[in-house]
Amino acid sequence: MTEAMILVDIGSTFTKVTAVNTRERSILSQSLAPTTPTDVSVGLQNALDQLELTSGALQEARVLACSSAAGGLRMVAIGLVEDLTAKAAKLAALGAGARVLKTYSFQLTEADRAEIIELDPDIILLAGGTDGGNSENILHNAKVLASLPKAVPIVIAGNRSVAQEVARTFPESFSTYISANVMPTIGKLQVEPARESIRKVFMEKITYAKGLNRASRLIDSIFMPTPAAVLRAGQLLSEGTAVTKGWGDILIVDVGGATTDVHSLGVGLPTKAGVVVRGLPEPFAKRTVEGDLGVRVSVLSLTEAVDARVLAQDTGWTVEQVESRVQALHKDPETLPQNPEEERFDQILGYHAIKLGVGRHVGRLSELYTPSGLVWIQDGKDLSKVSKVIGTGGVLINSRDPLMMLEGAGQESLALELRPENPSYFLDGGYILASMGLLAQEQPEAALTILQKSLSERELIRRDI
Amino acid sequence: MEAKTLVLGVIGSDVHAVGNKILEISLKEAGFSVVNLGVLVSQKEFVEAALETNADAIMVSSLYGHGEIDVRGLREALIEAGIGDTLMYIGGYLVVGSQEWTEVEAKFKNLGFDRVYPPSTLPEDFIPTLKEDLGM
Repeated sequence: MTEAMILVDIGSTFTKVTAVNTRERSILSQSLAPTTPTDVSVGLQNALDQLELTSGALQEARVLACSSAAGGLRMVAIGLVEDLTAKAAKLAALGAGARVLKTYSFQLTEADRAEIIELDPDIILLAGGTDGGNSENILHNAKVLASLPKAVPIVIAGNRSVAQEVARTFPESFSTYISANVMPTIGKLQVEPARESIRKVFMEKITYAKGLNRASRLIDSIFMPTPAAVLRAGQLLSEGTAVTKGWGDILIVDVGGATTDVHSLGVGLPTKAGVVVRGLPEPFAKRTVEGDLGVRVSVLSLTEAVDARVLAQDTGWTVEQVESRVQALHKDPETLPQNPEEERFDQILGYHAIKLGVGRHVGRLSELYTPSGLVWIQDGKDLSKVSKVIGTGGVLINSRDPLMMLEGAGQESLALELRPENPSYFLDGGYILASMGLLAQEQPEAALTILQKSLSERELIRRDI
Repeated sequence: MEAKTLVLGVIGSDVHAVGNKILEISLKEAGFSVVNLGVLVSQKEFVEAALETNADAIMVSSLYGHGEIDVRGLREALIEAGIGDTLMYIGGYLVVGSQEWTEVEAKFKNLGFDRVYPPSTLPEDFIPTLKEDLGM
């Protein structure tokens, strides 16, 4: 087997290519070229051409790819109870790297059906009922979905007693995939099998539907959504391998124009005494996407969530100045800062997007007074002892002061939010998280070494005067 | 025959965990499929767990005297969720002080419980009745 491997990340704007030597565990060369939406293979070829490799090494190297082009993987998640199977289904879809367009609970109505047609998802994840539990709801919802005018791949991950029956409800034009229940019993989350099924469907069906298969003559295997590759890299970095120790609990933050993604790797059990955990347990590798927190396309909703007055205070601008800049950024998402003040404004937006996004991702404590005294209730993951926060994505990587934005992850806005208390900050300055997530599938040891080395070189340290 | 599913929990701001564990073990030994929600369980959690698991019965414990306030509306919530015919049992220290048992029992039956048990009830005291009520 050859030692060179090429990892490809086809993003919505850029196609990024990283060539590695798996024996030396080092990066050979990296390049990028604009993504060509109509035929991604053109952009990919351009990027490959720029790799500083001998043509022999190039031809022999295996090429693995992930993609978030063509709108990413668009999904709808369906469950029974909002806080139980519907939430589990949503967590599974997010963990598979999808954009969850909407989550439905209880029986789908005529209006829901119309809305799903409008949303036009790539895959539908259908859950509902614990194993041996409620079957009526998932059967009803299967009937509604079976009547959709356009066939959609359906991943079935609900009550296993009726999984076959649910699959049989769909006409032949639909492809159905039966997976293990996302919530086999109350209080137990099992999202890995559904994630794997989604990845399989993405490879088999979606890459074709999105025209990504045209790049297949250049790529050997593994198409997965880019966020899934990032989560995989995070998991490897956190857990390590049998030989090399990982970094333990970590948080990965990616703020973009439209969304803010937060990945956490950690069990999130209480770190303080006398705390009772409530609610659905959350996955070790958890991903959340905040669709209203972004610095361009979503800048209006971000400003609404932060409050223009807070932004005015942080910038020293008037509220009117803040609002006019926000309008300008919203109208033309391609707008770049023209002077230091505007650049600082972008950073303040990023800081708040991260602060709010991490606040929604982490668990929180609440007080409960009982006849036997005060009890602390924990909902979600306690990430207060997470020691490393990693920033990735164009907004952070291209910023002059990524640390200022990333510090939003650790800043407490509410004392009861269980966010990292005193973390170190790192930047994915080499754009390698997604690539190493791909490499982790075949060469975890090499991927881990490269990740640890690249990130350690880019620790962000505040140099106080 | 498939095992009957029971949803079990201590309702309200009540942290008494020992009896709850004993109940779980005894009921499992008696052949039930037990979904134990533990302590500090809200009405919403009982209803939602019963919905997802298609529970045959809900077993509520209350050991701190506030049970009457905590369970008010639970039967109505089940009806709203479309599972109003679920069998409901309650037991424990249901009220404060020494009140006439027949009055306490009547009060809780009025709140929608099918069976009401006083303090110190042992699992073997009610399991036969439970099986009978579930047609086992």
